[in-house]
Amino acid sequence: MGDRLRIFFCTRPPADDAGQFVSLIGFVDVDPENIFRIIAVSQKPVLDLGGRGTFDEFGTNPVSVGRFNGEIRLYYAGWTRCESVPFNAAIGIAVSSDGGESFRRIGPGPVLSYSPDEPFVIGSPKVRNFGGFIYLHYACGRKWLASSGRPEPVYRIRYATSSNGLEWKKAGRDILSPVLGENECQAGGDIFEFEGRYHMFFSFRQALDFKNKARGYRIGYAVSEDLVNWVRSDECAGIDVSPEGWDSEMVSYAHVFELNQKLYMLYQGNNMGAEGFGLAVLDS
Amino acid sequence: MMKWEKIGKIFDPREHELSCGCTQFAKSPQAYIHDNSVRIFFSSCSLDKTGKYLSHVCYVDFSKDFQNLKNTNKAQVVPLGELGAFDEHGVFPIHIYQQQNELWGYTTGWSRRVSVSAESAIGLVVSRNNGQTFEKFGKGPIMGASLHEPFLVADPFVLKRSGVYHMWYISGKRWISLPEATQAERVYKISHAISDDGIQWKRDNRLIVPDSIGSDECQALPSVVEVDGVYHMVFCYRDAIGFRTEAGKGYRLGYAYSKDLVHWTRDDQVLGLELTGEGWDGQMMCYPHLFRLDERIALLYNGNNFGKEGFGLAILESDINEHIKS
Repeated sequence: MGDRLRIFFCTRPPADDAGQFVSLIGFVDVDPENIFRIIAVSQKPVLDLGGRGTFDEFGTNPVSVGRFNGEIRLYYAGWTRCESVPFNAAIGIAVSSDGGESFRRIGPGPVLSYSPDEPFVIGSPKVRNFGGFIYLHYACGRKWLASSGRPEPVYRIRYATSSNGLEWKKAGRDILSPVLGENECQAGGDIFEFEGRYHMFFSFRQALDFKNKARGYRIGYAVSEDLVNWVRSDECAGIDVSPEGWDSEMVSYAHVFELNQKLYMLYQGNNMGAEGFGLAVLDS
Repeated sequence: MMKWEKIGKIFDPREHELSCGCTQFAKSPQAYIHDNSVRIFFSSCSLDKTGKYLSHVCYVDFSKDFQNLKNTNKAQVVPLGELGAFDEHGVFPIHIYQQQNELWGYTTGWSRRVSVSAESAIGLVVSRNNGQTFEKFGKGPIMGASLHEPFLVADPFVLKRSGVYHMWYISGKRWISLPEATQAERVYKISHAISDDGIQWKRDNRLIVPDSIGSDECQALPSVVEVDGVYHMVFCYRDAIGFRTEAGKGYRLGYAYSKDLVHWTRDDQVLGLELTGEGWDGQMMCYPHLFRLDERIALLYNGNNFGKEGFGLAILESDINEHIKS
């Protein structure tokens, strides 16, 4: 945005009386010449929660931002609360008419939702333009695991394509083989193109008991020539938990962007980003 | 006005042993005609271990003159969805569509929510044994919440004309929260979509049938029969608030007709099935299914208490197109 780099993120007010959270979207503006210099922080959420009974009544998280025909659009996962399982999610769109200060829904319902082989938990959108098409990579639920605590979903990265960003054609398949077994969860497939190849950083973890170092989120990596077939090689990601500090137990939800001829990665650290996000720069 | 012979209540769930532990309700009867009998699918209810309702699809077979109740299903007809699925807590209703040598069941699957009572979406199940049992086409729905139809997609009825599948169904418009009420109440309207394959649907995103009791009218269970180029739709409608307990606000039967499947003229009076105040269907008439019974036109429907005590039948004695010709 000219003199500033706007980073959207998801945050939440304190829990309600029942211990339940809602998630909301805000932003921080930083100096493109010195990313650690914060210029401004949003003073209120850029998007309200959805109305009663809608797919995003209880949360908007995570978010992916794109410009389409000069319009800034947010693709976000909306959260609702269920009885037998704690939540469900589907993907909605909001647009801004004031340059990204605030957003409004283009309709009360989701744009990408459930289908016969994608039955629930459609979330974690990442929207990108490649070759005249809009690609939406997202997490798709495949089953709920009934555990001793609350049920937890297993989800994998899938994608859909569109010419207008509104009507989507689902590819209908998982694109990354799991390395943690059948209950691997994958999300946040963030893709960038570099010299004709496509590189994806994504997050993966175990489905149960994942809020710790051993089973929590890590950043994986895959490469593709055609955005259809992906070769996973997490060892090439080149980023893992730090020996100590804010990202010593988990790293996840990477977002790669180019600025001043450098590639940067934003990512969140321990405790699912409770203490914020950080930045890495590509050296190689 | 149409002239109906009311045969009366033909099935009471309390008088039969039903599958899946169901003991009450026989809601939304849907006829499927065999050569020598009529299979009527309906949704009944069992209680889960927390004392809450689950809806299950059952059926009963009648002779074609409805004088002889032959049998009810013993095995589960449609499996409920797995943990977290759209149809985890029930299927109500199911609509049967003959697809070559298979029977397709368009289901309304529902699951419980926290801020509202439930959410629903339309699923597909397939039978290869003439409707005794159905298998799921997928774990998820074929049609659910979308950008302009944000919740409560339900009550499908499918008809194929000129190579195009038409679906009439309902979609939620809003949840109404009254200050004193503990529970939000829904408003839903009849909607329409078309398809090339009966699975992937393109929605009109418009109202099909005008309201007759104001914008909070709830419209449900459309079913359509064509006679000599005229399409006749019977559905039910009610007030959004007070419909469970207050006289005059519960479900009644509505009617509309169309010659082009696009424009519908509503005329409830011409149906000739008003509430009489007496008998098993005197306080409420709901969940209708209009169908051809060989050369005749017939209507299955539920009466008082949303079908808790069963469903009944009426046979049309007059020309269904008479009001259009005159």
